[in-house]
Amino acid sequence: MNTVLRIAGVTKRFGAAAAVDGVTLDVRENEFLALLGASGCGKTTLLRIMAGLEQPDAGQVFIDGKDVTATPPYARPVNMMFQSYALFPHMTVAANIAFGLKQDGLQGDALAARVKEALGAVELDGLGERKPHQLSGGQRQRVALARCIAKRPRVLLLDEPMAALDKHLRERTQMELKALRARLGITFIVVTHDQDEAMAMADRVAVMEAGRVLQIDTPLALYERPANARVARFFGNINLWTSSSKTMALRPERIRISHAPLTDGVSGTIENVVYLGTATTCFVKTAAGQTLRVSVPHAEGAQAFNQGDAVHLSWPASAVMELPE
Amino acid sequence: MTRRAAVLALPWLWAALFLLLPLALVLKISFAEAQVSVPPYSDFFERLDGAIVGVKTTFANYQLLFSDSLYVRAYFSSSWIAFVSTLLTLLLGYPMAYAIARAPAQRRNLLLVLIILPFWTSFLVRIYAWMGLLRPTGIINTALQSLGMIDAPLQLLNTSGAVYLGIVYAYLPFMVLPLYARLEKLDGALLEAAADLGAKPWQVFLHVTLPLSLPGVLAGCLLVFIPAVGEFVIPDLLGGADTLMIGKVLWAEFFSNRDWPMSAAVTMVLLVVLVAPIMLFQALQPRTDQRP
Repeated sequence: MNTVLRIAGVTKRFGAAAAVDGVTLDVRENEFLALLGASGCGKTTLLRIMAGLEQPDAGQVFIDGKDVTATPPYARPVNMMFQSYALFPHMTVAANIAFGLKQDGLQGDALAARVKEALGAVELDGLGERKPHQLSGGQRQRVALARCIAKRPRVLLLDEPMAALDKHLRERTQMELKALRARLGITFIVVTHDQDEAMAMADRVAVMEAGRVLQIDTPLALYERPANARVARFFGNINLWTSSSKTMALRPERIRISHAPLTDGVSGTIENVVYLGTATTCFVKTAAGQTLRVSVPHAEGAQAFNQGDAVHLSWPASAVMELPE
Repeated sequence: MTRRAAVLALPWLWAALFLLLPLALVLKISFAEAQVSVPPYSDFFERLDGAIVGVKTTFANYQLLFSDSLYVRAYFSSSWIAFVSTLLTLLLGYPMAYAIARAPAQRRNLLLVLIILPFWTSFLVRIYAWMGLLRPTGIINTALQSLGMIDAPLQLLNTSGAVYLGIVYAYLPFMVLPLYARLEKLDGALLEAAADLGAKPWQVFLHVTLPLSLPGVLAGCLLVFIPAVGEFVIPDLLGGADTLMIGKVLWAEFFSNRDWPMSAAVTMVLLVVLVAPIMLFQALQPRTDQRP
């Protein structure tokens, strides 16, 4: 697959601290890539370096093989959707979308057609004459999106696109973004701190911590084969323990729980039961003094397990992963 | 009356007592005739044996005002000088306000203090200081002569240039402060978004920064233009005989000629002249301020 955007050994320091620390990353044509990490991990700085809004202290940025490290933001074929949306408050929705197109020299009917097309793509037909303050939060997000895609960039950068939306709208928008990306054939790079969001939308996820990329892979691979314990912790819940100076990891849903003794089982007592809707999580203290998190799907009758019950646990040996820290 | 209504009544009472009432008195005097008496104008009321039987008004002051070209020229000249000074103040003040708003946060307060610092000295003293700088034997002429750049002192003081200089100098803070207040609030993400969408720096300024700072531009221009039209001290001290400003005319009518009714009429017309830009400002304000 073609590499559309390449980050090569990029470092960015703010004062003494490195926000981005020697990151190398290839973004493939037409993929949906998520930069995932806690706040302060450098993901937004990396996105801003791609847009040209920050200058890296070291390293290069390539777009379609061309070094654009010194290219100002207005001359790069990428567009960014800001977390605050950054809609121009003194312009109508249509004028906001037309703004970027006018910079490309578009005018008259061709301009109007592109604005209409962009409004249609985000299902905001007929709202072109509104001012941003007359729109709901969800509509504003769509305008910001339309303003970017109207420019038909090579890469669309999205900085925490769901941060200002309520939970209900968030899930729907995730699906819509994914569908939109497939329809437009534009490479999307989204910055998020929410692993569920990253897994729901992205083809590949780059997990970042302290300015570095820990692992970049598909959501499935990250979940099933995390490169290290830090990545494993980031994706879902996991049981981690040290065994002869090695970190062992075991997903809670791979553990079998039963009142009756199990072959190769470990006995323990349920310390706590947490009902989570789709499953129930039991915290079991084993005879060895270790507390394991066990996820029990409701189909198996989770109601039967109560706090204080003596239970037996077992898991296939293949479910235990040995991870470097 | 509720407590809230009482609080709201306070500014109205203030305006009535110290603005509307004196204004009504001035209006009344403008319809009187000058005469040698105390006070030096004719009674507004016609009295017969102490009882008021009617009002006695004359429009002679206003007729003279519009027939004598001195007054008309003074109004136009004042408005023109104020307009040019406002424009110069804007051209000088906008980059200053922009630079302060874009300066690192810890430096901003220092820069603002420097803008406000001249207010700690009396306005009159500062204008006198300009006289000291500009006079033929003043610092500027002396320095230029000792450097051999000029042979004879330049006529700097008592020129219209000195009046513009004085007004721009004195009113610059009134332009910078409202502009700064506006520019400081400007969301940096908007400028980045404009650049990201393909706008070069000057286009970002023209299409985003400038339109969004327009309320500040209007407020600053009004704060400079209105007092500059009626300015008396600056043209009197720095201007020459050919600098005609309505403030000087007003002063002459009141103190030299002791013609209170005429000066009252000059004041009323000046007020009407100034109401026009204020109305314009009011009309533009809600349209330019689109922030929710």
